Amino acid sequence: MTDSPASAEVQPPVQETRSGEASSGRSSSAGDTVFRAAVLVCGVSVLLLLGGIILVMMAGSVKAFSTFGFAFLSSSAWNPVTQHYGALAPVVGTLLTSLIGLVIAVPLAFGTAFWLTQLASSRIAGVVGMTVQLLAAVPSIIFGMWGFSLIVPFIARYVQPALLHSVGGVPVIGALVKGGFYGTGIMTGGIILAIMVTPFVTAVMRDVFISAPPVLKESAFGLGATRWEVMRHVILPWSRQAVIGSVVLGMGRAMGETMAVTFVIGNASRLSWSLFAPGNTIASLIALEFPESPAGSLKLSALMALGTILMVLSFLALCASRFLTGARPVARRK
Amino acid sequence: MSGAGSSPGGGVRPDVARPEGVRDRWKTPGGLAFRRQFTDRLASGFSYAATTVSVLALASIVWTLLSRGLPGLTLLTFTHMTASPGQEGGLANAIAGSLFQTAAAIALGAPLGLMCGIYLADYGQGKLASTVRFVSDMLLSAPSILIGLFVYQTIVAPIGHFSGFAGAIALAILALPIVVRTTEDMLRLVPVSMREAGIALGASKWRVILFICLRAAKTGVMTGILLAVARVAGETAPLLFTSLGNSGWSFSPAEPMASLPVTIYQYAGSAFTDWAQMAWTGALLITLGVLAINILVRTGFGRNGT
Repeated sequence: MTDSPASAEVQPPVQETRSGEASSGRSSSAGDTVFRAAVLVCGVSVLLLLGGIILVMMAGSVKAFSTFGFAFLSSSAWNPVTQHYGALAPVVGTLLTSLIGLVIAVPLAFGTAFWLTQLASSRIAGVVGMTVQLLAAVPSIIFGMWGFSLIVPFIARYVQPALLHSVGGVPVIGALVKGGFYGTGIMTGGIILAIMVTPFVTAVMRDVFISAPPVLKESAFGLGATRWEVMRHVILPWSRQAVIGSVVLGMGRAMGETMAVTFVIGNASRLSWSLFAPGNTIASLIALEFPESPAGSLKLSALMALGTILMVLSFLALCASRFLTGARPVARRK
Repeated sequence: MSGAGSSPGGGVRPDVARPEGVRDRWKTPGGLAFRRQFTDRLASGFSYAATTVSVLALASIVWTLLSRGLPGLTLLTFTHMTASPGQEGGLANAIAGSLFQTAAAIALGAPLGLMCGIYLADYGQGKLASTVRFVSDMLLSAPSILIGLFVYQTIVAPIGHFSGFAGAIALAILALPIVVRTTEDMLRLVPVSMREAGIALGASKWRVILFICLRAAKTGVMTGILLAVARVAGETAPLLFTSLGNSGWSFSPAEPMASLPVTIYQYAGSAFTDWAQMAWTGALLITLGVLAINILVRTGFGRNGT
């Protein structure tokens, strides 16, 4: 790749031609070398940082894993008195709340993205789109307080009694809704997570929908398709992978959420069939139990082990979403 | 409607063009046109409802905060430090602690993130760069509580006590990937011709990057840093493990330091009404601050930041 301006002009305006790259190779002044080295060190320090995090988490959890072995993953005990700890209840709680969150958030986000890209006029879409993004900026602890003062009483007073009254007698579903009317629990955690994750998923979906090639949309409209049909049969098939990727990314976010869930989950480290029974997630358990875990104790190690599991889960989610959305959700052409 | 999705664009739906022969029947209720219109209306209605829910959620949060937080917002909030229940207290030390830790976090994280972003945008072609890019994205999506645990294990535990400095480092790690990403994206938007103009004038590469590209991308980069401020200012989980909170003034960053989010967390579940009130007031302050930064960033400059 030469660095003459003429050849650069022929190229599309994508930043593929880095004419500076070639020239720096020849005229390697001292300043350039120093700058390059400094910048490289900063880049590598990010690598070292993540490496450090992984190492520290693993080193911290060695004690718990060596004490309990694989039973740590399959035991639902969490008993500081007998020094017996297991990860099953918080892991199940984490997966279940995130799953409930996604089941609610995905239709919400899809509907919002559909409205923003296809139905609203561009000016209104700009304002509403920004409002939805502001929702993502609200600190997580605020969601917790809001959920605790609004959603929790609502669930305890209306949702669960109504559900128990209507489907409480049905064999399987009845077990899912039984229990005391606490209002806190897996279900409430899922609802809060849904509201928190919706803006993230909406943002990705909107970007993908916008970047669908206009030619495809226009030809479908030209054939007389309705807006929904264009969405369903043209845009969605075109952007399916990226949409799934955004959903997985939302899952990753939901799993790591701490403060909001801590407020509404009920914090009971036991497994229950009921979705309305108090439960726990990895992050909320760590946040709550940490103050009573002195450095070097088996309990702290168990918490670190939980953190390691959470780290693996969220990294898996990120890798899966990156694999599905491609390198980065930049606007694709063609 | 078979195969509509497989062939892009072409031949989307043969049934649309066909109804020449059945002109009268397909228009009647229950007919094809009616059904298609009905589905379209249904989907549109649903999407209106979904958007309303998203917007209402924000409205409800802001309304709850205003209605519960405003009554406690007085001048005392800013002049007095946190006090025991029954006494006149404020949030001054928590606000100061939050400001200090956020500022220190940005002072630590932003330059590093900036340099890393420059590396990715201008030297980032090899395998190492794509690894750095991926790792930075991993940090971006890493649960903040893990960062708290990491800083606890590496800084708090060896030193033996909680400190505001450890809190700032935890927040810096959270701010770093945000700055990296926006810096890289913004630098990549700088036109190639601008770089070439600089090089043609005989400027060395580092001068071109620092004095031409970075200056051209200034608003975008500032947007990233401000978004990082907004994100970091409301973080609670990592601070629980690092700066812990402090009921008095802490002027030394080597001591435990109060912060708004942690104070809110400690007071929110309190049985004392004045503490609970203080939690709502703090929540109102921090949310308004964070939202104000976001609105400023998204409307003020750089039409539509990242």
